[in-house]
Amino acid sequence: MDLTATAHGALLVISICENRIDAASAIQFKERMREVTQTPSDRVLLDLSQVQFLDSSGLGAVVGVMKLLGADRKLELSGLTPTVAKVFRLTRMDSVFTIHPTLPDGLRKAS
Amino acid sequence: MHLTIASDPVAVRSALDTVLASTAMLGLGDCARGTAEIVLAEVLNNIVEHAYARTTGEIQLRLVPKSDGVFVAVCDQGRAFPHEQLPQGILPVIDVDAGLPEGGFGWFLIRTLVQDLRYQRTDTTNHLSFTLLTDAEPDSVH
Repeated sequence: MDLTATAHGALLVISICENRIDAASAIQFKERMREVTQTPSDRVLLDLSQVQFLDSSGLGAVVGVMKLLGADRKLELSGLTPTVAKVFRLTRMDSVFTIHPTLPDGLRKAS
Repeated sequence: MHLTIASDPVAVRSALDTVLASTAMLGLGDCARGTAEIVLAEVLNNIVEHAYARTTGEIQLRLVPKSDGVFVAVCDQGRAFPHEQLPQGILPVIDVDAGLPEGGFGWFLIRTLVQDLRYQRTDTTNHLSFTLLTDAEPDSVH
């Protein structure tokens, strides 16, 4: 699971550099996220703009990451591609996360 | 097209690539193709995880283009569904305070996104079939 993590003040931006988070990679995704979120930050923004596909295992892993961050540290999502957005929408998980269309201005070159 | 897939998540991933690039899927637009990938991933990974429960086995997949979409038939020789019935696929309750669900979405997605879902157990084989619609956009139901 290839990803990059960059701290921008109180915001930790994690960009997933893979085209899928699925049953074959969900556990690895969660483990890598556990490692890189050891860096303290108030908020974690997960950039999914390179992820073309996410299945229910991948969705479960994203929810799992949100839980392991704890209640005081928010997980936000950014750049959902159409099929990924569909999975979040159908399962109503789009109501749980703050979802940004793209990375905030000024951070887009970070990845 | 016919495809035989090993019961393994990595084999499922590469089978999805093959299937989505196949001529059987040519009639599907981008949206229906995304839907097809979601459904096939859920169906196949469910067989890997539950029917074969991580033991070795084979999954036989058959796709037949038809006027309104693609007919899909999937067979495996793993365990039958409990009571030989498909899961109801009810969307797990989303309650942040009570603890968010990390699973249980698969059959909800399948049931939401396909037509004519059928399941039969014969002797040692599970037979599942359904249709992926060309113009499927069941999201609009919400």
